[in-house]
Amino acid sequence: MHSGRDAITGSDRVRTTRRVWAEEDGPLLVEGPVEFRLADGTSVVSDRFVVAVCTCRRSAAYPWCDTTHRHLQRRQDADSGRTEGS
Amino acid sequence: MPQIPGRQPGPPLPTPRGPLSRAVLHALRTSGMPGGTEAAGEATDPWGEDLQLALYMLYELHYRGFEAVDEELEWSPELLTLRRALEHRYLAALRASVPAADMTQALDGLLDEPARGEPPSLSDHLARHGTLADLREYAAMRSLYHLKEADPHAWVIPRLTGTAKAAMVAVEFDEFGAGRAEDIHARLFADLMEDLGLDSTYGRYLEQAPATMLASVNLMSLFGLHRSLRGALAGHFAHVETTSSPASRRLAAALRRVGAGAAAVRFYAEHVEADAVHEQVVRHQVVGGLLEEEPELAADVAFGIGATALVEDRFAERTLSHWQEGGSALRGPVLPV
Repeated sequence: MHSGRDAITGSDRVRTTRRVWAEEDGPLLVEGPVEFRLADGTSVVSDRFVVAVCTCRRSAAYPWCDTTHRHLQRRQDADSGRTEGS
Repeated sequence: MPQIPGRQPGPPLPTPRGPLSRAVLHALRTSGMPGGTEAAGEATDPWGEDLQLALYMLYELHYRGFEAVDEELEWSPELLTLRRALEHRYLAALRASVPAADMTQALDGLLDEPARGEPPSLSDHLARHGTLADLREYAAMRSLYHLKEADPHAWVIPRLTGTAKAAMVAVEFDEFGAGRAEDIHARLFADLMEDLGLDSTYGRYLEQAPATMLASVNLMSLFGLHRSLRGALAGHFAHVETTSSPASRRLAAALRRVGAGAAAVRFYAEHVEADAVHEQVVRHQVVGGLLEEEPELAADVAFGIGATALVEDRFAERTLSHWQEGGSALRGPVLPV
């Protein structure tokens, strides 16, 4: 990602596109660094090259993904399997 | 040996565990030919202490070498010939034991954790029942890898192109501290060891590491050093990064439970978040990118995943059985407190 002063215009208001992608049944991946504003007004920062933002809201490390969605997905699979079988 | 100021002398050579490792040891000490290696034939167990240690020493020449051993031996044709013979034995044993699997199923299978009723994983056991002594033994054994964490995987970089290369380098950059020496994962592991009262000197616990641990590190070196095994290396990396985040969460909990310090907990806490990201990048961009360029490597990726699962299961099984019998999982003397 490129940021900072533009070499030609000298402007420091250079903004480039940040790539974001979503994994099916998984986290939202955002090119870092990321500052995440929480509902209580506080912020947490991750300066990793890519940050995995939790979308299942069950992560013990929320707002960052800790792979807890795998359990939820499996439970849903198990539940739907039972429904189909009954 | 006269030491060059500012240079680490490398770890001392280990004691041999049979005729093969004795022959390698002799060749390293004397810069001579590795004689007496007939045991590289069918007679020696490819999973055994002797073959795995001999292979480990030969691979170590490509990393940090050993104290008082000529650095040029890394490219000794005689030692490379012996290494090739040992690698063939190990690779044949792996191919004989790893069931052929569909690549997508193998990748998806990594997301499943042991169900109820299945034997607990090593990290599960440590989280529930692990003592401080168990965790110190675990760290001493794992130090053979974690003190060179991500080094074996760096060799694959020139063999990749495009998406797979960019993604592999990004993950490795994170592993190597993202430009900050104090955040190199190997450094974080050294901090963990010191917190647990262990010696974090590179190679310090080679003597105590059993063949099942050597086989785990030898697998990475084997896949990393051979361009022909780049698909297997990618599969191996996908296995490690996918299973690491939940296992790290359990190990962080285990360390908190036994009252370990912040530096010890930090190593695994860092891996919970880091590897949740690495998993996605490795699965979709490293493996996905590689197979887009070279779809014929899918079976090799599946083999890399299966081989890693096999080797890690063997390590876990042996370690757990020793602990459950109330003994030490290390070779030789129990760690001093």
